[in-house]
Amino acid sequence: MLLWELICRVFKVPAYLVPAPSAIWVDTWKLAGQVSMHTLATTQTTLLGFFASLVVSLPLAVLLTASPMIANAIYPFLVLTQSIPKVALAPILVVIFGSNELPRVVVTFLVAFFPLVLSIAAGITSVPPELIELGRACRASRWRELWRIRLPYAVPFIFSGLKAAITLSVVGAVVGEFVNADKGLGYLIVTSTAFFQVPLAWGSLVLLSLLGIILFQAVVIIEQVFFPWAVDADKQAV
Amino acid sequence: MIVLDHVGKTFVTRGGEQVVAMSDVSLEVRRNEFVCLVGPSGCGKSTLLRLVAGLVAPTGGTVSIAGTKVIEPREDAGIVFQAPTLLPWASILDNVLFPLDMMGKLDAAGRARARELLALVGLSGFESKYPRELSGGMQQRAGICRALVHEPDILLMDEPFGALDALTREELTIELMRIWQEKPKTILFVTHSIPEAVLLADRVVVMSARPGRVAEIIDVTLPRPRDFDMEARHEFQSATRRIRELIFGNRSTRGH
Repeated sequence: MLLWELICRVFKVPAYLVPAPSAIWVDTWKLAGQVSMHTLATTQTTLLGFFASLVVSLPLAVLLTASPMIANAIYPFLVLTQSIPKVALAPILVVIFGSNELPRVVVTFLVAFFPLVLSIAAGITSVPPELIELGRACRASRWRELWRIRLPYAVPFIFSGLKAAITLSVVGAVVGEFVNADKGLGYLIVTSTAFFQVPLAWGSLVLLSLLGIILFQAVVIIEQVFFPWAVDADKQAV
Repeated sequence: MIVLDHVGKTFVTRGGEQVVAMSDVSLEVRRNEFVCLVGPSGCGKSTLLRLVAGLVAPTGGTVSIAGTKVIEPREDAGIVFQAPTLLPWASILDNVLFPLDMMGKLDAAGRARARELLALVGLSGFESKYPRELSGGMQQRAGICRALVHEPDILLMDEPFGALDALTREELTIELMRIWQEKPKTILFVTHSIPEAVLLADRVVVMSARPGRVAEIIDVTLPRPRDFDMEARHEFQSATRRIRELIFGNRSTRGH
């Protein structure tokens, strides 16, 4: 930071190229009220998209692992949703869903859910055969096997998926805001660069990375508090 | 109690090949008898156990328990695997209660029984611990409690001590005999260890490989209660020698 500040001052780097940290701080702080409103908006979109991907991914992963036939039917469709560039899709989604929060949440969801589905499915299918045999020997129904053996076993996998999904959710939210928004940090970056308020754009960038880090850490803490054994399993897996 | 009548099992591999794991095995295990299955790898002894457990279906012949044909896992059998296979997210007590929970028969009496069993194997005080906090031997003790919690008449054990160190192994062998003395059951016990088999069993079923068959059934006449000092006895020596001959003798005659 100090070096950055120093280089900017010594070489008189123009603020529209790379603003000094002090300039970023001053310009962003000046608009603290507005900036925090934008940050909240992005946080909301990120979280909505994140929860949507969790809610969709769980049953989807269960379906995918239920039988090879279903998996073969669903997989190509899933891959298709991933091969479409989300930035290209966003304007079309705006046309479909209207100029509101929904297309942004949908973009966020589309960006975030795929790795989550894959890791949950991997967790459900990597249950050791002895545990499945144990369930069968105890005459557990398929439903009980899923709830009492497969899903708990998948928890460490679910969390590694969630960690990927939360960071991708931030990316997705910003993509959504670039295309269509009246608030949010993505929107702030677009408008401030358009008006050459480059330090403000940089300030938004810093806030976005902070947001990503904080949300990621929140997922880590939730895992540690509620699923301590899963954290151990993670370490063993690594 | 357990009757295998000309039982065969053929697996089909992914490549479509047929592998005969077991062929024409007939065996009768009496009530409260302790029977050990020994044999080289690939002799189908684990398959035999899974057939009795109802986890796999035979491709020939029938397996029956107490006069009824085995077509699925039964509530009157408990199984212990080579690995403790405890659920890492559940406490030791909940792990022991797991079969009752799955069968929808979890009640206060079951809980009391689980605690009693844990005390029997020296694990009282560990009820609320998690599997990762216990040593391998302690985990397997909990695994044995789990197999006994629904008071099955039959206990099926698939190399239960195979993954343990030699000392723990001896300790648990003695413990298992004590449990069996206190709560008599029909036990089918798969092992690689000839001394273990001879010490534990009333009868040792020696199997040969490819395809798995019963080579011979050996009666062990050692008096009970037994302990490791009996390894010096004449009956012990002759039984282990005979089993070695059956397993290794066959192998050398095949011209290796």
